[in-house]
Amino acid sequence: MKRHLLEAGDLDRVDATLVLDTAAQIEAALTGREVKKLPTLRGRTVVNLFYEDSTRTRISFELAAKRLSADVINFSAKGSSVSKGESLKDTALTLEAMGSDAIVIRHGASGAPHQLASWVRGSVVNAGDGTHEHPTQALLDAYTIRRRLGRLEGVRVAIVGDVLHSRVARSNVVLLHTLGAEVTLIAPPTLLPVGIGSWPAEVSYDLDAVLPKVDVVMMLRVQAERMTASFFPSAREYSRRYGLDARRMAVLGDEAIVMHPGPMNRGMEIAADVADSVRSTIVEQVGNGVSVRMAVLYLLLGGAPS
Amino acid sequence: MSSYLIKGARVLGGDPADLLLRDGRIAAIGESLSATGAEVLDATGLIALPGLVDLHTHLREPGREDAETVETGSRAAALGGFTAVHAMANTDPVADTAGVVEQVWRLGQEAGLVDVVPVGAVTVGLRGERLAELGAMADSAARVRVFSDDGICVSDPALMRRALEYVKAFDGVVAQHAEEPRLTVGAQMHEGDRSAKLGLTGWPAAAEEAIIARDVLLAQHVGARLHVCHVSTAGSVEILRWAKARGVDVTAEVTPHHLLLTDACAEGYDPVFKVNPPLRTDGDVTALRHGLADGTIDAVATDHAPHAVEDKECEWAQARPGMLGLEQALAIVQDTMVETGLLDWAGVADRMSVRPAAIARLAGHGRPLAPGEPANLVLLDPAARSVVDPAALASRSRNSPYAGRELPGRVVATFLRGVPTVLDGKAQR
Repeated sequence: MKRHLLEAGDLDRVDATLVLDTAAQIEAALTGREVKKLPTLRGRTVVNLFYEDSTRTRISFELAAKRLSADVINFSAKGSSVSKGESLKDTALTLEAMGSDAIVIRHGASGAPHQLASWVRGSVVNAGDGTHEHPTQALLDAYTIRRRLGRLEGVRVAIVGDVLHSRVARSNVVLLHTLGAEVTLIAPPTLLPVGIGSWPAEVSYDLDAVLPKVDVVMMLRVQAERMTASFFPSAREYSRRYGLDARRMAVLGDEAIVMHPGPMNRGMEIAADVADSVRSTIVEQVGNGVSVRMAVLYLLLGGAPS
Repeated sequence: MSSYLIKGARVLGGDPADLLLRDGRIAAIGESLSATGAEVLDATGLIALPGLVDLHTHLREPGREDAETVETGSRAAALGGFTAVHAMANTDPVADTAGVVEQVWRLGQEAGLVDVVPVGAVTVGLRGERLAELGAMADSAARVRVFSDDGICVSDPALMRRALEYVKAFDGVVAQHAEEPRLTVGAQMHEGDRSAKLGLTGWPAAAEEAIIARDVLLAQHVGARLHVCHVSTAGSVEILRWAKARGVDVTAEVTPHHLLLTDACAEGYDPVFKVNPPLRTDGDVTALRHGLADGTIDAVATDHAPHAVEDKECEWAQARPGMLGLEQALAIVQDTMVETGLLDWAGVADRMSVRPAAIARLAGHGRPLAPGEPANLVLLDPAARSVVDPAALASRSRNSPYAGRELPGRVVATFLRGVPTVLDGKAQR
């Protein structure tokens, strides 16, 4: 493993599989235990440095670190570091001076975790940066798929929605490809980046044509404000062409699952009855997120204390 | 005034000759010259070029003296072999009145290292709403001939048309920052494979090309001169080639960084590589080099853009665009154009001195190295190689994209009207 987890490309197949296997071991070790805690990171300090609101991801990382017995500090700074008056670099150096061993960072600017990694000695974990990547989300998605379908090699995954602005999509394309899955990206052309041709994924504009052939449908959140910038004409048209409703769900294969990284726009990209169906792994993904993040922190910090 | 006898310099890379500089002019060029009382400079192995002229420099004064001043920028320019630089108008206050351009011009005179020629803003406050008093700036002591809202495109086509027409009265030229603003909202880097991967909002080549295409048509329609700043794409080179073939009076510049660097530099998210227009692809770099070689692109201009540390040591999206260029410009041109065989030294003199001076209607610069001409010249050692150390630069800022890079050539001496501003690679004031 590299010292940091900045993007899905930091993990080769061996490392990525190690993370998933470790998550499974941790889950097994904790199952049925009254005290859901391992002593592995006792005395280590993990800082959650969150420049964007994200209850879900922050709590998931916080729980993961606490269950490994690490000391956890939450540092939230709304908006940019600039508007806060202290630069990202100064904040990072301050946290490190206080003895942090790992910094988990969520930031609205693509690349902020990379810069952070160049300034601090401890490990940096990217918890989502701008429209770039969200590697632990991809790991928990891969973990969820493997748990449900028993494999990743050859699994056909459709990722549907605002790929252009999605860090989840970027990380999933890279990681799923690394793990041998076949990814198809489906969106209106306006929500696919120029340059997508260089990604290890197929591209389609036609959800109905792809659905019968896939094992996994991963729906991405689509923000309604995108239509004011003419990425699509209206929420209704978007939902009609690219939303997953019961009718579309019916054409899926028997084993196929439906995923969503959350938070969902029910009625927009995903219908309520789909989100709550037995195919849906949405709640399971959240639980798996804690196990996978424990695995990541364990593997990055589990060695000898620095 | 002391006189200098330069022994054995290769004028424009030709055979060794001696040059006698006296009373601010080149008094004689020939073999085995001697002159009593003249300081003798052994220039064996050195190349003599006319003093370089930069059409595009940001000196940051007034307003951001923490990033650069006219004096520190002038020193950087002299060390880069320049004898004249055009100071862009996006200062604070904006150089949109005779008062501000005269202030900048005077600061340049006081520094005395290069001729600082102010560029006047096209529109009041660079706001793109109405014309600044272009005539007053032209008539001022600063004698402004180049007008630009650089940093911002004059995107309103009607306003651009009027600006092109209006400056004809005093033989001025509008230097356009070609960027269709609606296509570059939030743009961070070249739009392509790498922006898709890095999750940075793309700056499409078409946003530059669309404005250039529009403006060459406007310039032809009203019979005006147009200059295009920092051309960065292969498509722009094609449009310029087409326009020139049609007889449009258009000129264009390319920066050293666009001749050398590509969007691959963005991969580490180091904002030192953030610049506007952004670094493009290998294909664009090749097209720009060939465009400069065949004359489609007339000039190399640095777009020297100093920035304070806090404006670069931050998140990519929040960093200011721009990079230093004055001190390495000639080295980059040697590296990308001369050592690749695309341009000889006479060609370098043409693209870095003769043509930029002509575009700016700048008297006394870009002249041939010949008896009777002003003694504005640079001596460089093409065989030297050195690694760029930002801490050693004369600029007040440190945002050099060439840090740690080994580059060829060394400016040994620069003369401004017979007075050495640089000797043995060191600024003289």
